[in-house]
Amino acid sequence: MSKFGLITKGFLKENPTFVLVLGLCPTLATTTSAMNGLEMGLATMFVLILSNIVISLIAPVVPDKVHIPVYIVVIATFVTLLQLLMQAYVPDVYETLGLFIPLIVVNCIVLGRAEAFASKNSVGDSALDGIGIGLGFTVTLTIIGIVREILGSGSVFGWRFITGDGILAFVMAPGAFLVLGYLMVLFNKLAKR
Amino acid sequence: MEYFLIIVSAIFVNNIVLAQFLGICPFMGVSSKLSTATGMSGAVAFVITLATVVTFLINKYLLVPFGLEFLQTIAFILVIAALVQMVEIVLKKISPSLYQALGIFLPLITTNCAVLGVAITVVTKEFTFGGAAHMLNLAQAAVYALATSLGYGLAMILFAGLREQLSRSEVPAAFKGLPIAFITVGIMAMAFLGFSGIV
Repeated sequence: MSKFGLITKGFLKENPTFVLVLGLCPTLATTTSAMNGLEMGLATMFVLILSNIVISLIAPVVPDKVHIPVYIVVIATFVTLLQLLMQAYVPDVYETLGLFIPLIVVNCIVLGRAEAFASKNSVGDSALDGIGIGLGFTVTLTIIGIVREILGSGSVFGWRFITGDGILAFVMAPGAFLVLGYLMVLFNKLAKR
Repeated sequence: MEYFLIIVSAIFVNNIVLAQFLGICPFMGVSSKLSTATGMSGAVAFVITLATVVTFLINKYLLVPFGLEFLQTIAFILVIAALVQMVEIVLKKISPSLYQALGIFLPLITTNCAVLGVAITVVTKEFTFGGAAHMLNLAQAAVYALATSLGYGLAMILFAGLREQLSRSEVPAAFKGLPIAFITVGIMAMAFLGFSGIV
């Protein structure tokens, strides 16, 4: 696959949410607004790129039997790093995303890419794979966030275009499932053409 | 009384799947059949309760006294991975048929964010009951973990029943499979919103 293909595959062909259907928990939980979705996507991308790089470097020397625990520890290390960085520089973002920052450890996208791509490919390609999938995830989360914010609070990235309240259910739990369901339908419909 | 509040709140009001969005991947993965859904909820309940008790003790007597709270994420995930391995070995011996049925999802309990999510929640979040906010003690944490996994099982078994019906009905091509499943969960979550405000 070309270098360009590695970066762009996350948008359509291997979109982590609509095609691979991985990492659903943060997708549903943190997309209450466009900004939250974007921030969660970027946080995941940070861990994804770094863990892909390190795992592609150590994969040849890790015994096959213990490779999953080793990968998880590598990922957990970068998540801890991210937690400390966020607490230091963007404490209010860390506060909003809350539990879902430490939970990046168990995001199946990160471990999935480590297992399916980084452990078999070169460092450069793995880094690009991390960027590609990370970008796809970030864009998808932002789109879901935009839709939920428009319907739920009548604003986009905090800019309000209606007065009064939105449909509150879309900011709450049911809206997350409904919006994701209908966006998947749309994606299937457009992808088939 | 406080145990009762914790239980009702964990099962219905703050249902782990429908309100907290934890453990969605296995929820979607094994809920297409009622039997696997039941087995999976049993395995998850066992792992969540055990993992929460162990990580709670490790946090209280190892991490906090030495000022190592920043290692929570790494320490917890290692404990959970080891526990899941153990459950897998035990299940393989005791019930091979269940082991077969759960297939790939058993090792995946490690990356089920419900387990790590509950473990982190009980040591970091303050719970409000009886008018004041306080941290949970060990017994309350264990009850919370068990109740949460019961809520997980409840949501999964209800949804598996719905999904078995769904598989027999005709839906438009673009809705087939996961999209219609998500919309169904959305409606279920809306029903569960009715419980909010009880506790």
